[in-house]
Parts: sequence; C-alpha cells; structure tokens
Amino acid sequence: MNVVAKTETGRALGDAFALVSDRLPGGGKIADQRRQAFEAYERAGLPHRRIEDWKYTDLRALMREVLPLAPAPDVAALNRAAAVVKKQAIDGVRRLVLVDGAFAPDLSDLGNLDKGLSIRPLREVLDAGDGTLSAQAFASDNSNPMIALNGAMATDGVVIEIADGTVLTKPLHIVHVASSAAPAAMFTRSLLRLGRDTGATLVESYFAAEGTKAYQAHDGLIVAIGDNARLDHIRLVEDGSDAFNISSATITLGAHAHFNTFAMTTGAHLSRYQLTVTCAGEGSKVETNGVNLINGKQHADTTLFMDHAVPHCDSREIFRAVVDDRAHSVFQGRIIVRPDAQKTDAKMMTRALLLSDEAEADNKPELEIFADDVTCGHGATTGALDESLLFYMRARGLPEKEAQALLIQAFVGEAIETIVSDALREVAIAAARRWLEARA
Amino acid sequence: MTRLGMMLRKNVMSLLEVKDLQVRVEEREILHGLSLTVNPGEVHAIMGPNGSGKSTLSHVIAGKPGYEVTGGQVLFKGEDLLAMAPNERAAKGVFLAFQYPVEIPGVTTWNFLHAALNAQRKARGEDEMSSPAFLKKVREVAKSLSIPQDMLKRGVNVGFSGGEKKRNEILQMALFEPAVCILDEMDSGLDIDALRIAADGVNALRSPERAMVVITHYQRLLNYIVPDVVHVMSKGRVVKSGGKELALELEESGYAQFEDAA
Amino acid sequence: MPAVQETVERVRRIDVDQYRYGFETLIESDKAPKGLSEDTVRFISAKKNEPAWMLEWRLEAFRRWLTMTEPSWARVHYPKIDYQDLYYYSAPKPKKTVNSLDEIDPDILKTYEKLGIPLREVEVLEGVVRPEGERRIAVDAVFDSVSVATTFQKELKAAGVIFMPISEAIREHPELVKKYLGTVVPTTDNYFATLNSAVFSDGSFVYVPPGVRCPMELSTYFRINERNTGQFERTLIIADKGSYVSYLEGCTAPQRDENQLHAAVVELVTHDDAEIKYSTVQNWYPGNSEGKGGIYNFVTKRGDCRGRNSKISWTQVETGSAITWKYPSCILRGDNSSGEFYSIAISNGYQQVDSGTKMIHLGKNTSSRIISKGIAAGKSQNTYRGLVSAHRKATGARNYTACDSLLIGDQCGAHTVPYVEAKNSSATFEHEATTSKISEDVLFYCVQRGLSQEEAVGLVVNGFVKDVLQQLPMEFAVEAQKLISISLEGSVG
Repeated sequence: MNVVAKTETGRALGDAFALVSDRLPGGGKIADQRRQAFEAYERAGLPHRRIEDWKYTDLRALMREVLPLAPAPDVAALNRAAAVVKKQAIDGVRRLVLVDGAFAPDLSDLGNLDKGLSIRPLREVLDAGDGTLSAQAFASDNSNPMIALNGAMATDGVVIEIADGTVLTKPLHIVHVASSAAPAAMFTRSLLRLGRDTGATLVESYFAAEGTKAYQAHDGLIVAIGDNARLDHIRLVEDGSDAFNISSATITLGAHAHFNTFAMTTGAHLSRYQLTVTCAGEGSKVETNGVNLINGKQHADTTLFMDHAVPHCDSREIFRAVVDDRAHSVFQGRIIVRPDAQKTDAKMMTRALLLSDEAEADNKPELEIFADDVTCGHGATTGALDESLLFYMRARGLPEKEAQALLIQAFVGEAIETIVSDALREVAIAAARRWLEARA
Repeated sequence: MTRLGMMLRKNVMSLLEVKDLQVRVEEREILHGLSLTVNPGEVHAIMGPNGSGKSTLSHVIAGKPGYEVTGGQVLFKGEDLLAMAPNERAAKGVFLAFQYPVEIPGVTTWNFLHAALNAQRKARGEDEMSSPAFLKKVREVAKSLSIPQDMLKRGVNVGFSGGEKKRNEILQMALFEPAVCILDEMDSGLDIDALRIAADGVNALRSPERAMVVITHYQRLLNYIVPDVVHVMSKGRVVKSGGKELALELEESGYAQFEDAA
Repeated sequence: MPAVQETVERVRRIDVDQYRYGFETLIESDKAPKGLSEDTVRFISAKKNEPAWMLEWRLEAFRRWLTMTEPSWARVHYPKIDYQDLYYYSAPKPKKTVNSLDEIDPDILKTYEKLGIPLREVEVLEGVVRPEGERRIAVDAVFDSVSVATTFQKELKAAGVIFMPISEAIREHPELVKKYLGTVVPTTDNYFATLNSAVFSDGSFVYVPPGVRCPMELSTYFRINERNTGQFERTLIIADKGSYVSYLEGCTAPQRDENQLHAAVVELVTHDDAEIKYSTVQNWYPGNSEGKGGIYNFVTKRGDCRGRNSKISWTQVETGSAITWKYPSCILRGDNSSGEFYSIAISNGYQQVDSGTKMIHLGKNTSSRIISKGIAAGKSQNTYRGLVSAHRKATGARNYTACDSLLIGDQCGAHTVPYVEAKNSSATFEHEATTSKISEDVLFYCVQRGLSQEEAVGLVVNGFVKDVLQQLPMEFAVEAQKLISISLEGSVG
C-alpha cells in the first residue's frame, strides 16, 4: 500500500511526500512551507499517548497509519457525492462542496453572491499565486503534528472573504463528502475572513457517499473575525462508521467581535476536533458548545483551547457527551488567561453521561490563569441516567428507551439550545434524533 | 349492606388483588405476607406508622427497581402485575402519585405528558393523540386544577412548590384516566389550602369504575378524601380493616395499640 | 482577630528575609562521599547495618533508576540536577546509639527547640496553650539523613503501637517491613521514588495493631541542615484491621543559596475498617526574594486502602520549597473504602508548585473527596493537578472535587489541571474549580473598618482556606494559620 506515513516502520516518509507533491497546488514559498510542515510532522510522527495533549487519543494505536492521498474524484465519485449531498441538503443555505478533498463547482452554489462576498477554491488561489491569502491559509503552527500534516498535504478547500460592512443573507455551508471507492485520505484547508462590521453563518458537515467506508478526513479551517463582526458556526460530523476525522479549526477574534460555535459528533469511528479560539481584540465574546453522541466502538475527542490574550473578553463553553456501548468520549478544554488579559470572564461546563458499563468518558478541563482580576471557573460531572427519573417516567407509561431518549435529549439540549438560528438548531436537533432513533 | 360488606362478597371481579405479598429490600424483609383486595369504585385508605411498609407496597405495585418479591402475588384485573414492566403497568391503568415527585430538568411538562400519554395509548393499541387534541385536553384539565399554562412549559416539576408538584401529579392522573390510583402520602408537605385543592382534584376523579388507594400517616387527609375502607398496617402486614370510623379511632388512640397485633 | 494581629506583629519582627527557620546548626557530620553509584548505596546500607535483602532491594532500585529519565510533564522549571554533585548521606557526629534525650548533641536539641518541636516529652508546640488533659504528641525527629530522637516510645509500646525510625524497623521488624515496603509505591514507580528506594537513609515506621486506636498523635519532624545534601526519607505506616492513627509531618531547612533536593516516599496501608489521617505542614526553605536557593521537594506519597471500609485522609499545608512536585494519592481498593485530600498550597516569590492528588477507584462503592485551595502571590506559579478515575469494576464510585485558586497580584499564575476518567456508568463524579482574586470590595470594607491592608488580606485568605484548616489537628492548625500569613508577607503591593 502506498502509505503517506507509517509509524515504526521507519519507511522513507519524505519519499511519500515527494511522490504526491506534484498534485499539491502552490509553488515557491508555499511549496517551502509545505516541506517544512511535512518535516515537522515527520519528526513527531503520529501523536501517541505519552504526549500530554494526546493522552486519551493515541493515534499510533488507534489510527496506525495515514492512508494514501485520495485521487481526484472521477465522474462516478462525483455522482455518488451528488446523491448524498442532495439527501442531506439543508434549505436556504449557500452550499460549497468538497469531494474527496477537491472543490466540486457543479455541486456548489456560487451564483448571485452577496456584494462584498468572495468565494474561491483554495487550489485556484494558490495557483494564481495570491501571496497574502496563501500566506494566511498556511500560517499555522507546525507544533501540532496533525495540523502540520494537514498543511503539507492540503489539496483544496474554499477561501471565503467577506468585505467590511457586509452581512450575508444566507448561511454558508461547507460540505465535506467522502466518495472514493478505495480507502484514502483527503486533506482540505479552508480560509474564512470576515472584515469589520460583518456578519455570517457557517455550517460544516461531514458525511460519506453510499458505499464509501474506510477513509480519513483531515481538515483545517482558519478563520479571522474582524472588529465588531459576528460569526455563527455549526459543525456536524456524520461520517461513516469506519471513518477517521482529524480536523482543526483556528479562530481569531478582533475587538468586540462575537463567535458562537456549536459542534456535534455522531459519526466517524474515530474523530478528533481541535478548536483553538484566540481573543485578540478587547471586548470580544465567544460561546463554544458541543455534543458527542456516540456508541459502538466510536472514539470522539474534542480538544478546545480558549486563549484570552487581551482584557475584557468573555467566553463560555458548554459540552455534553453521551456515551453508549464501548464508546470513548474525550473532552479536553483548556482556558488560558494571559498576563495582560484582565477582566476576563471565562467559564466552562462539561458533563458526560454514560449509558453502558463499558463506556468511557475522560474529561480534562484546564484553567491556566496569569492575570489576577478575572472570573474563571469550570465544572465537570460524570454519571449515569438518574434511576429515579427513569422510574418516574416509566411509571407514567414510557418504555425504557423512550424515557432514556427524553432524558438524553434534555441532557444535550442545553448545548444545542445555544444555536441562534432556529433553522440550524432544527438541523442539529434532527441529527441528535437520528442518533437516538438508531439506538432505540 | 355496608360498603365493607359488599367488598367482601366474592362474586365481584376485583380490580387489584394483593395476596400474601412478601418483599425484601437488601436482605431485610419489609412486607411479610400482605393481602389487600380493591374493587372498582372503592376508595381504600392505608394507614400506619412510619416504617410499616406503606410506601414499599406502593412502589412494588408500580414496579420500582430495588425490591425483591420473595412470595405472594399482585393481580390487576386478574393479570399478574409483577410480571410486567413499570410502563406496561401504567398502560394497563395503574397510576402512582409519588410522595416525592422527581424534577426532570430539560424535559418540558408538556412534552413529557404528550410522550407518556401516547406511549400508553400505543401500548394499548390505540391511536396516538395529535398535538392539537392533546393541547386542548391538557388545557382543560390544567384549568380545572388551577394549574397555570406556563407551568406546562417548564421542566417537569422543576422549581415547582410542593403543592404544585402534587397538583401536577393529579393533572397526570386526570389525563391518563387510570383504573387504579395509588396516592402515596399525598398530604406530605402540603398546607391546608394546598391539601384542599389537591383533594378536590382527586375527588373529581372518583367514579364507579375507578378505585383509589390512599396511603397516609395522618387522618387529616381522610377528612377531604373520604374512604370506603380503612386498613391499618403495622410491621409489613394489614393488621386491621374497617370503615372510615377506624381512621378517627386511630386519630384518638394512635398506632401503639396495633404494634402488638403485628 | 487575635491570630491576624499576632501574625502581623510576628511578621514585623522578622528580618528582610522572612524565612524564620533559616538558621544553620554548626555540628560535625558524617557524610558519604559525594556522588551516586552502587558504592554509595552499599555505603548507606552498611551504615545502617542492614540485612542483605535490604541491600539487594536498594541495588535493584538503583539499577532501575539508571535506566529512567526525569519526568518533565509537571508545570515546573529548574536547571538540570547534577545527581553526582550531591551528598546522599549525612549524619550528625558522633554517631552512637542514643538511649535518652540527654545523649543527643545539645546543638541538635537546641535546633528543635528553636523550631518549636517538642523533643522533651513534657513540651508542646510553641504558641499553643495546652488545656488540661489534652492529647500529647509523640515525635520522631529526623536530622539530615537520620532519626535523632523518638519520644514516648514506652507508652506507645504498651499500646502495641510500633513507632520508630525505619532503619531500626528494618532490623527489628524485618517481617513487617518486608511485607509492606514498596507495595504501595513500587521501586519502579517513578524517577524520584526509585532514587529514594536506592538511597533512602531514614524516616519513620508505624504499625498499629488490629483494633488499636493510637493513644496519641504521631509526628515526624524533618530538618535538612547539611549543605549539598539530598534528603531521602522513607515513611511507612500500616494500620491493621479496625485501627486508627493520626500522623503529622513537618519540615524546615536552613537558608542556602544553592538548591537542595528532597525526594521522599511515603507509603500508607489501611486494612479492613482502619483509618489513617496524615497531615503535613511543609515549610522547606522556599528560596530568597530573587528566587535563589530553596528546596526541590519531589515527593511521592500514596495510600492504599487495601481493606473494606478503610479510609485514608491526606491534609497538607504547603508553604515552602522552591519547587513542589507532590501528589498524595489514594488507591481505593477495598469495597466501601474512602479517600480524602485537603490541601492548601501557597506560593510566593518565585516558588513553583505542581501539586494535587490521585483518587483511583478500584473497589465497589468507594468514595473520595478533594478540597484544594491554591493561593498564588508574587511571581509564583501554582498548579493543581489531580486525577480521579473509576475503573470498570468500581461500581458506585463517587467523587466530589472543589479546587479554588486565589491570585494576589498580577505577576503570578494559578492553574488547574484535573483529569476526570470514568470507565463505569455507575460512577458519579463532580468537579468544580474557580479562580478569582481577593475582592477589592471586601478589602475596602475591612480597611474601612480599621484593618490594615495586610490584616485584611490575612483575614480573607484565612477565610478562603478555612475548610482545609479545620481538617488539621488543632496544634497544627494554629501553626499553619500563622505560617500562611507569614508566607504571604510582602505580597500586598
């Protein structure tokens, strides 16, 4: 098998990278950056449990290898993708589809763009040699091996720019579809820039076309939210049950900016979502919420890094995990308050619900505080469904599974309710219901 | 013939029959052969001191986990109640008004009642009730019990006062129209006004087809819900049965006289 | 507010450098040659007249240690330690068997007097008026590498309690030491514990027989005196079925410009229905106001609730040391066993603290409770790190954790790193943490009522840590309260 990187075997990783590098867009400086990123990845290899940040998600044990780069989708793959995109469509959004790591213009909606909105495929931006944008798209930190690998390998993505003062009329919906017939890895990277006084809603979904099973989705999203701008973000991972999804999002907020995000994982065999949010402008506000609903042998890891770099910013995190069968949920949430970030108000609450004796939930909420005039706190709870509530409900005639479903919905409800848009909240509720119904 | 005499006649098909029931909780026997027969239309009061096993009886009838039935049986309309899951019992028409109704945050009362009612109907092979029809019905019942609409939008019993919780129990009783209602210490934690409202709600639900079992420590409740039969429980058995005057007698002389009988 | 007032006055008396235990005792000592090798291990073992099995145990640990690397995950930073530049054994000269206090070097006795430690059996801890009939404390005093005196031995013996230096226990009760030593903290456990296993010189040994409630508090007082000396003490406490013991531990060291290493191991074992309460007031020299000198306190403390219904309770007041790396833990192995961790960790100056606990739930219906109060002032970094885990078979495990941090000034850091791991659906874990500063409003209120800024801070801090102080035996609580205020001296700008 043509493997990009294989652990332990000591295989010539550089060769594998060289082998695919002609398929990777962007020359000159970008090519250098890719090489550096790959070297950084190569030095670290797949992260393992002895690295503190990956203590609970040992990719060497769980993923073992990075699959070969997915081929550009052929007509058949695009047709399969079109079918599932249609099935999963959300009304009233502007859809931007990435199939097997390549932007699919025919499945995407690029017509009638709002004034001040620009959308281009990453490949096009890189090939055009637009220095500033390219640099922004590849300006990430190579200290995280999986982000470094993503930077080295990204084949495509979308680059979205929203000009100052523009408030989008429709939510943007980036759809990641896996459609490859053979097991493969796709690497995408997208850039979203919101200017001053802008407003936008971004939805991201992950799913697979009919018949696509073992695949790896590696995504990197880089977002800059300008002063006084607002972004609402929803992320739904409904990947297939054999899939791996290793993604990261890096968000930077300007002054008085507002970021509201909700992420839900119901799919994928193994997923890790690394969200880094930096309050870089005073008076900014962040709400990051999430839900894991997992069963079987699923492993879902949400790793959040909330960075308060400047004074007077607020952040709130609500996270809920519902873990059934032999599944394993991980939540790591680090709040850092830098020395100058006085008057920070940061709070985090994570709760896990274990539905089976073989389920596992690990919570690691962290506070790292370097400023004294702050209000920071976190809470974490773990437990089973309350037997007395279940009995009360059953005494009123509800079958066990139904009573459980109601309690689970209530449990995750607090996180889902933070979604501002009614329509999108319904999308999330529907995804949660699908999970509960499949369980019953 | 007195109502008591009627009750003792053998040819009436009884609704709830508890025969020689023996129950353990963690190695300790709580009920040591308790028997009780309840016929349609009757209101039975079960009185007894704390620890006599009154609440255990109500929990076992409703199917609460944690109790081990080591002997005897409980028949409901001739069927083996103990073999059924708690929700099956509810669908058959067994309703327990809890002494301490639980709070269920995040599940609205409205949503909960609708789900429970439809689950019961489904189990009985009836059509589910549509939202508009359900809403209409709940509103009517709530109004008759002076339950404000906004209570229905809140989480089940969340932030309710003691009186509100008990009214919510009676609201459910009215809505589900059970065949037998077991009221477990309905008076606990209620002041006299709240008690009266709750009792009125219960009395309105008395009918020739429906039976009630009122479990209480104090005679006070029985001034408002007048029983046909009064049973005295002590140490896990019924030690005396009689008419409503038995309750007054207990009020006068206390439970001590029955301790030895047990 | 007598305590606060007293504290402030005491602080005024103290010189620029606030560490009141920083004096050095000039006595001759008997040292092992500098550096660490198999020979050092043999030297220590020979000095202690140890049986062959003990030497073998040490050597095995030493060989293991050579293959290990120093841990780096804690949030502490220090220059690389040169393990060959340390003395691993130092004992006051002349070394001979001490039969009564009169035979101890008077300079050492003076040292303990100065420290307020009652080696004479009639004395009590300084600053405490002892009401009639109050319990006494038996003390084992460890000076550098050896135990110099153990008080109340006769009375304890009558109760069947064994309380003696571990070096003596190895000779006198080899069967007990063999049975328990290294069973809670194996020689392979971690870098510092392994090093300790190889070179530990002394420490305390306690055995409380079945059904015995130890008639008095037991206490060990550790003092590092010698320059360039590492202190590696080893404590082993066994509470047999149905017994109870309360054990107190205190520590100080002279002020020195260089850093000194302290790598102790404490092992506790409770059998069925037994309880051990272990209290520590740690006041090693923290270094001067520029961050020079101070003790590296790298300690492994662990208790094994081996029996049903057994209980281990750790209480610690940590004010000293340049660096603290310490996680007193409980292995809740017996069904219905319970563990507690109450901690006050105060850091000032350039101190670095990375401390917390591990509650490992293995048995059924086990419970644990963690109350941690961290106070960071000056330029210090104060981290709580704690693990709560429930294993597959630990049905009904329960934990409650509350970690609160208080920041005084804007140059310090307070951090909270909990690991909450549940592998069992019937486990119920609750964790809460907060970080805040002393409210300006409260300070102003106090000042308006006539307190100085310093007194007001003392008042607020004492209120903040009250829940934990209440867990300490009375004598220690008073001492700890004073210590807290002294530690925070100069923190209000």
